Amino acid sequence: MTPFVADVLIPVGKIVAVILYPMIMVVVMIWLERRVVALMQGRLGPNRVGFQGVLQPVADAVKLFFKEDIMQRQADAFLFNISPVLVMFSSLLAFCFVPLGEPIRIGTYTLTLWIAESPVGLLIILGLSSISVFGVIFGGWASNSKYPLMGALRSVVQVLSYEIPTGLTVLTVAFVARSMDLVEIVRRQEASGTWYGFLMPVSFIVFWISAVAETNRAPFDLPEAESELVAGYHTEYSGMKFAFFYMAEYAHMVLVSSLVVILFFGGWLPPFPSVKALAFLHAVPGFVWYLVKIMFFLYLYVWIRATLPRYRFDALIRLVWKWLIPLALVNFLVVALVRVLR
Amino acid sequence: MAFKEINLNMGPQHPSTHGVLRLKLAVDNEVVLSVESIIGYLHRGMEKLWENLTYTQVVPLTDRLDYLASLSNNLGYVLAVEKLAGIEVPRRARYIRVVLAELQRLASHLAWLGFQANDIGAMSVLLYGFEARETILDVFEEYCGARLTIHGIRIGGVPHDLDAALAARIRKVLDGIPRRLADIRALLDDNRIWKQRTVGVGRIAADDAIAYGLTGPCLRACGAAWDMRKDVPYSSYDEFDFDVPLGRNGDVYDRYLVRLEEICQSIRIVRQALDGLPEGETSAKVPRVLKVAPAEVFHTIEAPKGILGFYIRSNGTDKPERVKMKSPSFINLQSVEHMCKGNLFSDVVGILGSLDIVLGEIDK
Amino acid sequence: MPDAAADRPELRPALDALSARFPGVVLSVGVEKGEITVRLGKAGLIPVLRSLKEEAGFNALEDIIVLDNLRTAGEGGKRFTVLYQLCRFPGADRVRLAVDVGEDEGLDSAVPVYRSADWAEREAFDMFGVRFEGHPGLRRIYMPDDFEGHPLRKDFPLEGRDGGV
Repeated sequence: MTPFVADVLIPVGKIVAVILYPMIMVVVMIWLERRVVALMQGRLGPNRVGFQGVLQPVADAVKLFFKEDIMQRQADAFLFNISPVLVMFSSLLAFCFVPLGEPIRIGTYTLTLWIAESPVGLLIILGLSSISVFGVIFGGWASNSKYPLMGALRSVVQVLSYEIPTGLTVLTVAFVARSMDLVEIVRRQEASGTWYGFLMPVSFIVFWISAVAETNRAPFDLPEAESELVAGYHTEYSGMKFAFFYMAEYAHMVLVSSLVVILFFGGWLPPFPSVKALAFLHAVPGFVWYLVKIMFFLYLYVWIRATLPRYRFDALIRLVWKWLIPLALVNFLVVALVRVLR
Repeated sequence: MAFKEINLNMGPQHPSTHGVLRLKLAVDNEVVLSVESIIGYLHRGMEKLWENLTYTQVVPLTDRLDYLASLSNNLGYVLAVEKLAGIEVPRRARYIRVVLAELQRLASHLAWLGFQANDIGAMSVLLYGFEARETILDVFEEYCGARLTIHGIRIGGVPHDLDAALAARIRKVLDGIPRRLADIRALLDDNRIWKQRTVGVGRIAADDAIAYGLTGPCLRACGAAWDMRKDVPYSSYDEFDFDVPLGRNGDVYDRYLVRLEEICQSIRIVRQALDGLPEGETSAKVPRVLKVAPAEVFHTIEAPKGILGFYIRSNGTDKPERVKMKSPSFINLQSVEHMCKGNLFSDVVGILGSLDIVLGEIDK
Repeated sequence: MPDAAADRPELRPALDALSARFPGVVLSVGVEKGEITVRLGKAGLIPVLRSLKEEAGFNALEDIIVLDNLRTAGEGGKRFTVLYQLCRFPGADRVRLAVDVGEDEGLDSAVPVYRSADWAEREAFDMFGVRFEGHPGLRRIYMPDDFEGHPLRKDFPLEGRDGGV
């Protein structure tokens, strides 16, 4: 392998891939959501563009990119323009740290399926996903309009509150794995023979609930509650900027699902990695297992959305402060205690 | 962050004001300090128009009042005219009217169920409600060719007979609705989020409700058994056996339960009316040009939204001197200011939805 | 009232008491098609409403209806007749109060007695220009605030003043 390929082509290829992969997942997710929700509601959903309507999100995106870009006169132009970029950027950047599988050996060259591996990868991803809340509040405030402002305020309170249980549960995983490196966490699960989701179900449940809340999804979709705040913080956005907010939300969901899979469901590991009788499951490439698991959690998002009504703001906050945070704290103490005693 | 009282305009273009209603809210962050409803965006001057049309010409216009229950409007107006002109309607026609009006109540309540759930964020229920409502609209289409603005009741009777084939189809539709309803109830009845969004929200005491003029399911949710079908039976309602479902707390959840139970009762009434459908004419003899000697009447029916009244004053010609409509939504909406004060912003949407208002009827 | 409540005997005591209590105010009681109409003088409206509500139990004001007598009123007749449609719950006994009011006269507001009169009076004001004194916020309800004239008056052209839109 020439140095040119190893040092230029492959990194560039990976960079392209890390942009394309979330985008493709977003397209799939939007399609999945619209079709699945439609089927759950006894409708058909989009089924005209491409096979079973798979290209519908692409068509929508193209339409949005050609739409007129409207900004009202009173808006703060700089913040108004920067916030969709900020939201999109932080979501995409986080994907640099998400590993897609074990490194692949090609002759002497080792192809890693991530762009950057960091011993604190988990922290970086959590940090990046918190940056997107800045995009939301800037966008809501810069619109200089009341509904977006209320949506942005709701979003800030919600994301900040739910960060705490997220952090506490992530810590339990880091405790057990003795690492914040995502690849290492998966390897530990392989070594221990169980997925952490089964080892620490409470952590998983708290993390999942908080993750749904942090992505502003039903039943926690208050910041963009259509029947109350019209469209919440992105009410005043149109065209491409709106598309950015929209895609970033879905990218965020894919990111969170990836995290859940890596932290609690063994990443690219097949089910029951240590059971000999199920060894044939290893024949399926790890990436496929990984995608299947991510799709399951994306499906869960859609399923929840089609089923549950929306929380009210006070109940949302009560849920996190009175239930999730104490639960996460106790869970954290228990895990820490067990970890120390063993 | 100091976030003082701000004024928020909800509407006239807003996803959950059910039309072109504008609510002027003063909110302190999420808490609603005061509500002022501003209406009239859909005012078409119906009452003025009616004074200039003949008695028969008015009927199709009443479709446009409560467009989710156009048949009930037809019935309310037509009954008032019949009382005014002293027209005796054949028993078969009265039964067919009951069938149609109760189907309309089903359609209206199912649409309401969908809207209300959607306002609170349970969007699947919207589709389930509408799916069930669709089957009823199909029946209307088969009966007279129209689905929404039906004009299915005429002065003196009904325009078409209800044949055996249609009756069989109605029975089939009625069999399908409880199943859909069970789906919806499974999703909502004991759902913690749904209960937390509806129980105790928008509460009004029975006395206050009567003082504000609240009628229909919203009043019955407070426990006041005021139903025109029982109290002043019209169109043979006294010949059917049905209950008037009552709530206890007068909150959004009880309004939901009352309407669900009313759906079941309506199904009961329709079944009885189909079983006992008498033979005979479907319309009384009504002169082509109906001239009514000077008199005045006020007649009310129990429309899906509440008590719908028509005051008609005749002057001896073929056109009414004055027609005044007491529209249930108009009067029910008055109490929204009372119910919303001090609640959270999200609840305004739920409370407004629970009143089941239709702007076509409010603005006339 | 001798023959008044002939076909509504259950209402007779209440109506008898009413005309006994307000002599001179209750001008006449008539029954037509089973509906009772009590004609009142303008001044006695609120006491009668209050007495009907508190003593006779008519707890609901269903609607306020205004009639424009432009073409029917004889010499010296008043321009408008305001009808108050009252109802007694439980049951549904109804009584209608009729008050004549001139074009430049005001009428006492019924809002202190019946809260539901609020919007009904605003509607009457908007459509006919009947003023209700003591109403907590008498302004137009359907028409825009800067609208001139009152659309339901008989002399208001059907197609609008500008020949329609």
